[in-house]
Amino acid sequence: MKKKPRIAPFWVILFFLILAMIGIGLDEPSQVLNQATQICLSCIGIG
Amino acid sequence: MEYLRKWVQGLFFLMTNGYWNFPVTRSIYKGPLKVVCSPGLNCYSCPASTTYCPIGALQQLFAGIRISIETGQFFIGLYVIGTMGVLGGFWGRMICGWACPFGLFQELLHKIPSPKFGIWPFVRYIKYGILMFMVLLLPLFVIDEFGTGTTWFCKYFCPAGTLEAGIPMLMLQPALQENLGWLFLLKLSILIFFITWSVPASRPFCRSACPLGAFYALFSKIKMVKLTLDHTRCTHCGDCHNACPMEVRFNESPNDMECISCLLCTRACKRNAIVLEIGGVPISGRAKAPQKPTRT
Repeated sequence: MKKKPRIAPFWVILFFLILAMIGIGLDEPSQVLNQATQICLSCIGIG
Repeated sequence: MEYLRKWVQGLFFLMTNGYWNFPVTRSIYKGPLKVVCSPGLNCYSCPASTTYCPIGALQQLFAGIRISIETGQFFIGLYVIGTMGVLGGFWGRMICGWACPFGLFQELLHKIPSPKFGIWPFVRYIKYGILMFMVLLLPLFVIDEFGTGTTWFCKYFCPAGTLEAGIPMLMLQPALQENLGWLFLLKLSILIFFITWSVPASRPFCRSACPLGAFYALFSKIKMVKLTLDHTRCTHCGDCHNACPMEVRFNESPNDMECISCLLCTRACKRNAIVLEIGGVPISGRAKAPQKPTRT
């Protein structure tokens, strides 16, 4: 069973990597960090 | 290989829940590691959590997308979707089998001795509805008078959040018990339902309701690391059916969206017909197939 390397996964990963890079360029990680460091009580069923 | 998988699951559990100072601080980790995406479902309001949950972060960003755009910040979830896509494109649902703490929790529950049952095949489609509505559409389009949405999946459903964050936070900060109401009862009931179901059935939450698993499942045909079937070796004996915790019939549907690549089927297959490959290059299952028994 000889198989050729599949190219599609590389393109998919590259596409999402570009999306992530654009997000980083828009400073989205700072917003994610801001959200992740606060406890959202209603999100965990309290309040 | 199963022994290795258990170690990897434990390692990811510790890596994504590595803040053990919470009994002292009585709060969650607030350091810079929380900008890193947890590959599995792991609530970022868990006191021990050191990473962010992609499903929670995505809902939060979608819920506040109008305010974000009005203020010119354009936080529309590209970083989170991009990170989830890279993980999905590389590993797909292998993450469910190897790196998800809530998946590990269900596996441990399933080891409790009891009669074991299968799960109806149609329930697998519920998780795609949960992903579509509770994670994407409802947080985006159901808004209050201030233009802010709600994290529907986290707020009304997520049993991982109740287990990892809700209950521990109530123990760490007893004053929060005054805020308890029907919402907590609802979420606690959902958690108890899935805990109870996990004893007789294998990974019921992963198979019926996990939106992160549903997202990763979209990559099942094109992910980098995947299992493939060597049709020349397969005898359709059905050993892979019996070994699979997700009840996948691998010889009939090798690209099944339920496959979590736990590799139990590769061990069960006596003819090495199931091959693990990376980007099309086989890295296991290349051993010589055993000879068919001959009569003497």
